[in-house]
Amino acid sequence: MKFLKQPALLAIGMICIGLILNFGTNAYIQLTSLFVLVNCLMAMSLNLVNGYTGQFSLGHAGFMALGAYFSAYASMHWPLFSGPLAILNFVLTTLGSGLLAAFAGYVVGLPSLRLKGDYLAIVTLGFGEIIRVSLLNMDFVGGARGLSGIPSIPNLDLGFMVIEHYMVSFLFSTFWFVTCFFVIWRIMHSSHGRGFLSVREDEIAAEAMGIDTTKTKVRAFVLSSFFAGVAGALFCHATNYISPSSFNFQKSVDAIIMVVLGGMGSMSGSICAAIFITLLPEILRSLKEYTGGIDFRMVIYSLSLILVMLLRPQGLFGQTEITDLWKKYVKRSN
Amino acid sequence: MSNAQTNSSNIILEAKNLTMQFGGLKAVDQFSFSIEKGQLAGLIGPNGAGKTTAFNMLTGVYMPTSGEVILNGEILNGKKPFQISHKGLTRTFQNIRLFKDLTVLENVLIAGHQHVSYGLLDTFLQNDRFEVEELKLRNKALEILALFGLADKAFENSCSLPYGEQRKLEIVRALMTDPKVILLDEPAAGMNHSETHKLMDLIAQIRKDFKLTVLLIEHDMKLVMGICEKIFVLDHGVKIEEGNAHHIQNSKKVIEAYLGVDEVH
Ligand SMILES: Nc1ncnc2c1ncn2[C@@H]1O[C@H](COP(=O)(O)OP(=O)(O)O)[C@@H](O)[C@H]1O
Ligand SMILES: [Mg+2]
Repeated sequence: MKFLKQPALLAIGMICIGLILNFGTNAYIQLTSLFVLVNCLMAMSLNLVNGYTGQFSLGHAGFMALGAYFSAYASMHWPLFSGPLAILNFVLTTLGSGLLAAFAGYVVGLPSLRLKGDYLAIVTLGFGEIIRVSLLNMDFVGGARGLSGIPSIPNLDLGFMVIEHYMVSFLFSTFWFVTCFFVIWRIMHSSHGRGFLSVREDEIAAEAMGIDTTKTKVRAFVLSSFFAGVAGALFCHATNYISPSSFNFQKSVDAIIMVVLGGMGSMSGSICAAIFITLLPEILRSLKEYTGGIDFRMVIYSLSLILVMLLRPQGLFGQTEITDLWKKYVKRSN
Repeated sequence: MSNAQTNSSNIILEAKNLTMQFGGLKAVDQFSFSIEKGQLAGLIGPNGAGKTTAFNMLTGVYMPTSGEVILNGEILNGKKPFQISHKGLTRTFQNIRLFKDLTVLENVLIAGHQHVSYGLLDTFLQNDRFEVEELKLRNKALEILALFGLADKAFENSCSLPYGEQRKLEIVRALMTDPKVILLDEPAAGMNHSETHKLMDLIAQIRKDFKLTVLLIEHDMKLVMGICEKIFVLDHGVKIEEGNAHHIQNSKKVIEAYLGVDEVH
């Protein structure tokens, strides 16, 4: 059970934050905190493909959409459990979302990852659009109107106490955040992860050293799609409403911005950038009161992106992790 | 058993009529050769003779236009480079292809990946299987690095090494795959005289220690003469001569091929 120690520590830290948010803030901030977790999942998973493996996927929102629509539809129409066990429906649908997205990742990835260069970018771009346009034309999921009335994750009745639904959602999202983080982190600190990196560095040399580059790329892509699907599921139960435009091209670009801004190949970077990108527009929202109703939000948002990329073209963290900085600090103070 | 038979069963790497056509250019033309187990063979020829192209066909980077590559009696045509590496045929690159952003140690560890048996789940569970294998891999990598005097640079970025050491690192990385046959593409390029001689001694040494068969490309003729037991000479994609150092040195065709290049210069 040693392997659960670090995840447990991270989870406990997150739960403390969750408790503060639960008792100390309002519904708006609480909802934003769920979006932060969803975007962290999106950024971490895309970083696996775009950062570590050096492939360029432009369709991450497509996988998120699959996950979101699946979990939304399944929880509305196929509830297996009711009463106090209703939470299990969400456990199952979220897992199903991940698996569905992973399967789609496999189908999309296998042919396109065999090819070199920009094919993946084009194919994934197409995939994202196909998903969005298909959803637009599917009446049973609401077409352009979207799906509304998606159930939230319910209160959890433990008998002696009731955990409120925000806290349950937060715990649930935290579980997936921690899982995603440690799955990717540990893979990247193993021989398999070094295989991913070798594909990014030099495919010809990697093959000559015995790395099956196609299999490696497909693996990264499937794993990444899985967590995008999970992120979609968490997203739909947080907003209770989704439509095809929730998963447009802009959403894929947002995920890429998070990865690039944080530093391609840095998990700390992806997480920090995801938090930054999610919170910045919300923080800037209040600016409107001081500018006489003119919305400078997007201007500042874009400017800050340009500034970061000019000052740190390798991203906030480059390829390093927070733990590396810590190690360096310890070394210096010794 | 007759002498001829024992010889042929000793052959580990063989090429039959290898041809590579790039548009109108026949970079390699009907190239046949065979190398015996444990031999140190050389492939020489002027620049542009088709030596690297031959390596690329042997290791599956290029699909030969025609001809066959046979390793240990098994035809390699159609196999992917990584599969050929798993079969025990590996190489270094003339235009150094290290994993630049990774450390020296990581570069070597990657080549050991094909011998790793733990799966993705084991990495998450951080179980004994994962930890034991990682430790073994690391120790093995550090051991080979030490042979080449690179162990104390294990945690440096590979692209920060001086040129000569980058070439050595390429050899270390190739050795980490546990090869039977190793192809070295101009391993001494860019090194000075004494470095080159040290490297050649080292290559002769590892051939013994690792029970390797070595085929090396070198366009400096004098250099290969010293250590290679068998030498093939390519010129304009065609094999013009093969034999031991003495034979090659006295071959009119070889002298002409090299002189021809000198005249152009
Ligand atoms: N991928 C390629 N496409 C077209 N021509 C090539 C390619 N690779 C090599 N050549 C040509 O084939 C010839 C042999 O090149 P090469 O094998 O690199 O020579 P060497 O290694 O003996 O110096 C050269 O004329 C080179 O320009
Ligand atoms: Mg060459």
